[in-house]
Amino acid sequence: MLDTLMLSRIQFAANISFHILFPTITIALGWFLVFFKVRFEQTGDAVWMRAYRFWVKIFALTFALGVVSGITMSFQFGTNWPGFMEKVGNIAGPLLGYEVLTAFFLEATFLGIMLFGINKVPVRVHTIACFVVAVGTTLSAFWILSLNSWMQTPVGFEMRDGIAYPTDWWAIIFNPSFPYRFTHKLIASGLTASFLIAGISSYRLLRGDDKKAPRLTLKVALVVAAVLAPLQAYVGDLHGLNTFEHQPQKVAAMEGVWETTQGAPLLLFAIPDEAQRKNHFELAVPNLASLILTHQLDGEIKGLNEFKGEHPPVKPVFFSFRVMVGLGLLMIAVAWFAAFKLYKNNALPNWLLRTLVAMSFSGWVATLAGWYVTEIGRQPFIVSGVLTVDQAATTIAPANVGFSLAMYLTVYAFLLVAYLHTVFLMARKAVLIEEISQQEHVGKKRSSIEIKESAHV
Amino acid sequence: MFEQDTLAIIYAALMALAVLLYAILDGYDLGVGILLPTNNDHDADKMIASIGPFWDANETWLVLAIGLLLIAFPTAHSLVLKALYIPCTFMLIGLILRGVAFDFRAKAIVDHKNAWDLAFKFGSLLAATSQGYMLGRYVMGFDESAWSYGFALLSAVGVAAAYTLIGAAWLVMKTEGELQQYAINVCKRCVYVALVGIALVSGANLWLSPEIFLKWFSWPSMLLLLPLPIICFSCFVLMARKLSQLTTKPDNKAHHPFILSVTIFTLSFLGLAISFFPDIVPNHLTIWQAVAAAESLAFLLWGALLVVPTILAYTAYSYRVFWGKVDDLRYY
Repeated sequence: MLDTLMLSRIQFAANISFHILFPTITIALGWFLVFFKVRFEQTGDAVWMRAYRFWVKIFALTFALGVVSGITMSFQFGTNWPGFMEKVGNIAGPLLGYEVLTAFFLEATFLGIMLFGINKVPVRVHTIACFVVAVGTTLSAFWILSLNSWMQTPVGFEMRDGIAYPTDWWAIIFNPSFPYRFTHKLIASGLTASFLIAGISSYRLLRGDDKKAPRLTLKVALVVAAVLAPLQAYVGDLHGLNTFEHQPQKVAAMEGVWETTQGAPLLLFAIPDEAQRKNHFELAVPNLASLILTHQLDGEIKGLNEFKGEHPPVKPVFFSFRVMVGLGLLMIAVAWFAAFKLYKNNALPNWLLRTLVAMSFSGWVATLAGWYVTEIGRQPFIVSGVLTVDQAATTIAPANVGFSLAMYLTVYAFLLVAYLHTVFLMARKAVLIEEISQQEHVGKKRSSIEIKESAHV
Repeated sequence: MFEQDTLAIIYAALMALAVLLYAILDGYDLGVGILLPTNNDHDADKMIASIGPFWDANETWLVLAIGLLLIAFPTAHSLVLKALYIPCTFMLIGLILRGVAFDFRAKAIVDHKNAWDLAFKFGSLLAATSQGYMLGRYVMGFDESAWSYGFALLSAVGVAAAYTLIGAAWLVMKTEGELQQYAINVCKRCVYVALVGIALVSGANLWLSPEIFLKWFSWPSMLLLLPLPIICFSCFVLMARKLSQLTTKPDNKAHHPFILSVTIFTLSFLGLAISFFPDIVPNHLTIWQAVAAAESLAFLLWGALLVVPTILAYTAYSYRVFWGKVDDLRYY
């Protein structure tokens, strides 16, 4: 029988894993929508409006799932981790508070205007509403990643009677790992959204949807992916160096280094064995890990044995890290190759379209893997060096947590299936819509100009 | 800058504002959800269209309220949520169901639409009754006697009825024709249920707690407090009268029932707040005992003083954009 602590951990992991899928899409998809709208206003070309109309539907659905799973998150702190708020609530509380005040209300209110107000407000105001929603989602990422980063690299506080009190808010918000994690997350969102757009657009093309809109969105998404994928590798590297400086035990687990080594090899594959404290089936490139992390061939990497009892479980961190990096490299290869093909031939071969469909949700997998690296890599602490996870857990009966966990898992599994089903269903429905007529083209342009003019009067 | 005790009062007031706004705002959209017909697509679409632009922001007040409890009164937060673990789970499941059903219903294939409508209705009802149940448990200070569980069940029905009342009043204001007439009829019935509910809850409170009785019926505070129930009762009378007039003249000030419902919600909430002040958890914890560190609260307060008026301003703007009778449902 699982105890309350383990059940609470599973429940929190399940909740936050489910939740993060949706904001990861909407943060960047919101900016894509702003881009579509602005291009429409600039050119009056109806194809941009078509692109907007299709993707705003997916945005709305994704946003709704993010909102409801996020509300659940806000209750979990109190229901399952009361120790967290009692010990570090003085720091976590205001950061969460600012997220609600500056981001949640903003995005929720302007989302209403964005989704239902397109015929009620002038074109320009509607575009501004889209912009404000995108700003809101990004601000929300700002605050929550600030808190998450503070839990990884806590600074700007003092402990009095076992409770953390803030001393420097600037240091807390912009704590050492925050700039790296925030950038890494925003680019991850950009990649997730662009691979989703590329994948679904490819799906429509494969279904015989030979219209302008899916071609256009495919192109836009691939260009964005081709720029962001290598950039992410660079930012990821910086993030890794920052982790190496502040959380060496996490890096040791990521790299599978047991003994402190000078000139550590980069393990392409291995099976870490925590009982024997060594790796099996190593496939390694000599000295490369040291070179990446210290920029010296014989640089020193601290081994896990230096942190006995205070380092994370090795296997999940080690493998998640490889899944993330592997997918990242695959994204670079696919994005570049597809962008190149599109540039040369102005169309993609079917096998490449199918590859893109298969990679529609690759951003989700990479994002989850990355979060598992950083979150499991912080164990056994909930706030590095300040508070362990078991000190923060609730004391309610395991049966209660088991009950709520079963309910959430059922609902989430059902919703995930419904979501994926609906996204592809919407793509199939879009296939049936007729191509933009000349009349619509001109009509849209005129109406947008008319509205613009009347707004000036 | 601020004393801890002053901060406790300010934050208690902010939290009260968030809870009241939540009850009113999400109250009407949960109420509309409870009333959603599952066999009439046209009406269902209209009703959904009337709350579409608002429901998300409405729910955010709950996040703010629970956030403020967490930030300002962390010990109360863990005490309350530990005691209400299971009903809280039910409420969240209800909110999840209705939140997603709202969007899925538009995008699913036609035969699934009714299923999502049902999920929306059921989710709304589940969320409303769970909230009522939790309110009942909270008011009783999580007392374990059969009486107080009975009271919690009564409160579950009462809150669901109150939400249905304000939801129906919202529809009276926002819709026309047959749907409006239907809403007027629902409103007429709910007025009596809500009146009985509020009377019962008030009576139970006075009967169960001598301290609350003293607070309301001692001189001279009685003079200040007694207008509250009197005005509240008058609102009910006015509402019943207005609803009879609306049956024949549906265009004549159709927003009055909604305004009266908001007034009733506000007065009832004030009544509860006055009864329990300064307890943050009735019979267990006062706001002075539960309040968090002054440096954190001061840091957030400056932001809140700046941001909350902004939120209220753009919320008002959003209501102005969607002013008047609701159009046909058009998904973006």
